[in-house]
Amino acid sequence: MKVAGKRILVAVLCGVLLAATGCGGSKAPSGTEEPTGQKAKEIEIFSWWTGAGEAAGLEGLIELFKEKHPDISVNNAAVAGGAGTNAKAVLASRMQAGDPPDTFQVHAGHELLDTWVAAGKMEPLNDLYESEGWMDKFPKDLIDMLSKDGQIYSVPVNIHRGNVLFYNYKLFAENNLNPPKTFDEFFQVAEALKAKGITPLALGDKEPWTATHLFENILLGVLGPDGYKDLFTGKKKWDDPGVREALEIFKRMLQYVNDDHAARNWQDAAQLVATGKAAMNVMGDWAKGYFTTDLKLKLNEDWGWVPVPQTENCFMVISDTFGLPKGIKNREATIEWLKLLGSREGQDVFNPLKGSIPARVDADTSKYDDYSKAAMQDFKTKALTPSIAHGSAASPGFVDKMNQVINVFVTKGDVDEAIKGLVEASAELK
Amino acid sequence: MTRLSWSRVAPILLILPSVLAIAVFVYGFIGWTVYVSMSNWNTFVPDLSFAGLKNYIFLFQDYRFQSDLRNTLFFSVLFIGLCLFFGLAMAVLVDQRLKGSAFFRNVFLFPMSLSFVVTGVVWQWILNPSTGINLLLKALGVDNPPLWFVSTRIVPAWQVGKITFGLPVAILAVVLAAVWQMSGYAMATYLAGLQGIPEEVKEAARVDGASSWQVFRLITLPLLRPMTVSIVIMLIHVSLKTFDLVYAMTGPGAAYVTDVPGVYMFETTFRGNFFANGAAIAVVMLVLSAIVTVPYLLSRGRRDLFDVDVT
Repeated sequence: MKVAGKRILVAVLCGVLLAATGCGGSKAPSGTEEPTGQKAKEIEIFSWWTGAGEAAGLEGLIELFKEKHPDISVNNAAVAGGAGTNAKAVLASRMQAGDPPDTFQVHAGHELLDTWVAAGKMEPLNDLYESEGWMDKFPKDLIDMLSKDGQIYSVPVNIHRGNVLFYNYKLFAENNLNPPKTFDEFFQVAEALKAKGITPLALGDKEPWTATHLFENILLGVLGPDGYKDLFTGKKKWDDPGVREALEIFKRMLQYVNDDHAARNWQDAAQLVATGKAAMNVMGDWAKGYFTTDLKLKLNEDWGWVPVPQTENCFMVISDTFGLPKGIKNREATIEWLKLLGSREGQDVFNPLKGSIPARVDADTSKYDDYSKAAMQDFKTKALTPSIAHGSAASPGFVDKMNQVINVFVTKGDVDEAIKGLVEASAELK
Repeated sequence: MTRLSWSRVAPILLILPSVLAIAVFVYGFIGWTVYVSMSNWNTFVPDLSFAGLKNYIFLFQDYRFQSDLRNTLFFSVLFIGLCLFFGLAMAVLVDQRLKGSAFFRNVFLFPMSLSFVVTGVVWQWILNPSTGINLLLKALGVDNPPLWFVSTRIVPAWQVGKITFGLPVAILAVVLAAVWQMSGYAMATYLAGLQGIPEEVKEAARVDGASSWQVFRLITLPLLRPMTVSIVIMLIHVSLKTFDLVYAMTGPGAAYVTDVPGVYMFETTFRGNFFANGAAIAVVMLVLSAIVTVPYLLSRGRRDLFDVDVT
């Protein structure tokens, strides 16, 4: 009797343990057709917006959404950490386990198309674009970055500009220098500054993307928008003379950077410009938020900006977008959220807080600061080009390899080796 | 009869769940990783077709991976060597039954209780070339203070494969932080060893006329050998699998002077979606660990089986 009892106990324990070990990952994905019924509807919004301005922007959007849809509750699932790298790892495991968040943040371009779209996890949104009349509200170049085979896969919320050269206004004024418009002018200015004992260009490539960010802007300046885009379609090869010229210019520029660049991140580099220890810095315009919000500096008193030399006709686009994963619990409610994101009202709530500009071309300019007004004007008129460093121009595989090539190049300066590496990496372009 | 067979079956049933769990979650996943490392899964969308040794061949020809192996070699040798040296020195000092030795024992042991991430961040501030200890050095009149982990120098610079072989100067900064953290562990182990050496043995040597140094070199050191072996085995594990310290402190470094396989694996897998390459790096790390631990485990197993007297 006793023994039988033990046996049952053991059998039950074994069964429980087996069930626990065996069934971890097999949670069935809930179908789209699952009725939400009279249960309270909830949508989960997944992002890496945890920084000061961006978190406020997201909260503003959520407030607006709650006003419009009091019956839907919103779960703000933001994961903190380095430009979304942690969030992306969490997202990947949830998507593979068949438990996607209702919608999630993803950069426009190949970061979206070569991953979730290629894996068949996203629903096309062409109907939504048609019914909301968005086709002519977002620039065509931008919609192209969100599309594969004519299907549009996400809604862009904001735009950052990548090809911005920030400079210390006072240093330039004191030394009677004008911000450079060409690379030749850049080197003249850099020489003049160096002679005065000022570091001409601030770089912080502890995380290698910043060096890639600088190089992609030189590439754009040398090749122009069409030549630059041709690099990713295969029309132009990576051993093109233009690429070589860009690498030579990059190498020359690196003679003018701070010698502790490998110990700094992008804020540390921008800070050198803010404090007058360095004169110029090439960064995306999120650095504007750092200057104005964090350091309380004034445009055209403390800092100024121009497009990176020879790119004044271009606008390097970095855009955060949200898509509609397949198999989510609250599809209808999520579509309402996407409608708000794409609306003029929603974009004008989010972007002034985040410090970015709206992806729509018809936004209310009065809500934005002077820098953003100028950027909004440029966004409408200049050629839009996708950023490599931020995942829009090429697949994550190419970006990873290019970061490696550039990281080695920054130290060794071997142009031939870099070209060889880039050509090898271009096998990852699809 | 039934009773007997039950007493044989019950233990098997009891350990079955953990055997199954370990089979699946340790060895199953190792097997899966090995399989992935020989597949074509180097895109976001899984492609599990067989690729043979392609990914391994790629890795061993890769500039970054060759750098990683070089860095791991120099890091391991310096880190373990210095930990043994300082650990033994501190243990001998603390063992002197002087006033305050208990206090210093704790002081030396404390860094071990920190996470490597904390150590990395703190030492990154201390050794930052423009804001850290260099400010102090400049104030003391040093004109060209060291660049620490930002240095790209490699000595001696031999061209091997694609990389420059030699000691990357930048890795010394990482070694410094790691030794600061882990030499306390070596000290604790040595201390236990020192206190286990019977006083009579030393006494007998002294009666025979041995000096203190001879007692230390000929009695103490040989008797500490098992401690040394176990410290080396433990620390080799730490050094081959380093990730958090490097990631928090220096990152991969300029031209990968401070990169290690763990960091490369993480970045290439989760940023570049090179899952098969990442798996191959993981397998190489496993093999390297196995090369140093398996002989030790085998010899210890044999001792446990045949030498009952070992305490």
